[in-house]
Amino acid sequence: MGKTIAEKILSKKSGQDARANDLVLASLDFMMGQDGTAPLAIRVFEEMGGQKVAAPEKVAFVIDHNAPSPVEGVSALHKVMRKFAQKHGITLYDVGEGVCHQLLPEKGHVGPGSLVIGADSHTCTYGALNAFSTGVGSTDLAAALISGKMWFKVPETIRFVCHGRLPQGVYAKDLILYLIGQVTADGATYMAAEYAGEAIEALSIEGRFTIANMAVEMGAKAGLMEADEKVWAWLKDNGISGNFEEVKPDPDAQYAAIKEFDVSQLEPQVAKPHRVDNVAPVGEVAGTPIQQAFLGTCTNGRLEDLRIAAQIIKGRKIHPGVRLIVAPASRKVFLEAMNEGIIQQLVEAGAAVVTPGCGPCVGTHNGVPSDGENVISTANRNFKGRMGNRNAFIYLASPATVAASAIAGEIADPREFL
Amino acid sequence: MEIKGRAHCFGDDVNTDYIISGKYKFKTLDMKELAKHVMEDLDPEFAQKVKPGDFVVAGKNFGCGSSREQAPLALLHAGVGAVLARSFARIFYRNAINTGLPVVECDTSEIDPGDELLLDLEKGILKNLTKQKEIPVKALPPFMLKILRDGGLVAHFRKYGTFKLD
Repeated sequence: MGKTIAEKILSKKSGQDARANDLVLASLDFMMGQDGTAPLAIRVFEEMGGQKVAAPEKVAFVIDHNAPSPVEGVSALHKVMRKFAQKHGITLYDVGEGVCHQLLPEKGHVGPGSLVIGADSHTCTYGALNAFSTGVGSTDLAAALISGKMWFKVPETIRFVCHGRLPQGVYAKDLILYLIGQVTADGATYMAAEYAGEAIEALSIEGRFTIANMAVEMGAKAGLMEADEKVWAWLKDNGISGNFEEVKPDPDAQYAAIKEFDVSQLEPQVAKPHRVDNVAPVGEVAGTPIQQAFLGTCTNGRLEDLRIAAQIIKGRKIHPGVRLIVAPASRKVFLEAMNEGIIQQLVEAGAAVVTPGCGPCVGTHNGVPSDGENVISTANRNFKGRMGNRNAFIYLASPATVAASAIAGEIADPREFL
Repeated sequence: MEIKGRAHCFGDDVNTDYIISGKYKFKTLDMKELAKHVMEDLDPEFAQKVKPGDFVVAGKNFGCGSSREQAPLALLHAGVGAVLARSFARIFYRNAINTGLPVVECDTSEIDPGDELLLDLEKGILKNLTKQKEIPVKALPPFMLKILRDGGLVAHFRKYGTFKLD
């Protein structure tokens, strides 16, 4: 019997014939903690009696969730991270470097066939590069820092096959929102997802990151794709060479389900408050007034996303009743967007650009909405209170829909602005 | 491991932002402080009402959302004895086991707020004492039971220095 991508990577890294539902102890290729989770992992590391980090070259800490620090308490936690990183020889990406899930691929820490954990739920993002990567908590991270290993229950896999090409004005974000709406927020719980088909193959690597990033919003442990020539070209273009080995699923692999979709007629999608699987075509919510728009995050803060938004925004003005907040996903993205004139166009139109990081999406700072306000965002979660106010309403959409809505002052179909 | 207490009932898809909001969790590692705000977006009185050993009872997909371990820790520090749900999101499930918070999958549809419950984790038996009914539960894999018995992964590592799977 053949194996899925998840079974193959976990077999290789555990040194045993791993099948769905087996419990394995596997060696990790990379480990990550961010400022919402690493401080607790450091404390747990000490409580566990940890003396030494097993493989410091395989660890990065990222200060992105509260960057730069808005309050004293956070500053103290950041200091704890910096001190630990220095003591143990761990890479630390400090304030302004960017969002962890942009940095790990960008800096070449992950690639095809890698087994990666991160103390952040959207660690599944690197599945776009054919890595098995998954989010864990601080205690798992602490145990991994000490042992270089982690226990896994080998997941079953659901394979999503997306036929056809996405139409004009419809993007990776619309596709993944649609799929989540179809299978619901717990449709893939405990499982891995494999994404395949013409629509996935046609996406850029940036678009694929968007898809894999949101695998967790359908409950999945990992969101995996094959490493085609685009993946290898992306690694090369970014100057990344590592000991990577692509992993393909066997033709006779056993899947929990295979779901096929024709996406050639897909419309722009919006996830309505307060659930990511509360998804509707944009037409259903068009005209809903908005007070804030947010472009950024590990889902949609990459250069391609900023480019798409700028194409719509340039030469126009943000609606006077709307605050458009932009957070490039990393310093590199920020610089590239400046070089292309994108930042200039966005700022001239009235956008407020903030430090690369997670702030607005997780409600820590840089754009907490007030009571009764509607926000349209390129982020991955719209839970009540997510952006720091439980009385605000968050709509999730593509960068194009967010840009069009920021101009219109209400939720708008981006196809009318192209 | 026997746990006895009253039921506090919640619905489906209780996410980690509801368990402990991001606006608190990033600011401190003081779990007693966080525990004051546990579940506050769903029930502002919860932290005052909950008594040691009480049960959080929920529908499907409990703990979906972020990887914040502050979620099970805040529940533990608020005194919650165990969480019963029809299903759990996987990161929360791992984090709960790792931090020593018992989590049990079972049919929760006939448990009402205030029902007195008794859970025997070793035997895998859950009784609704108020309704005088036994509720079948899904047994925990032995390795997870071992971590819980050790008091969480911290205690497990202190004991063995590494993973001791068998």
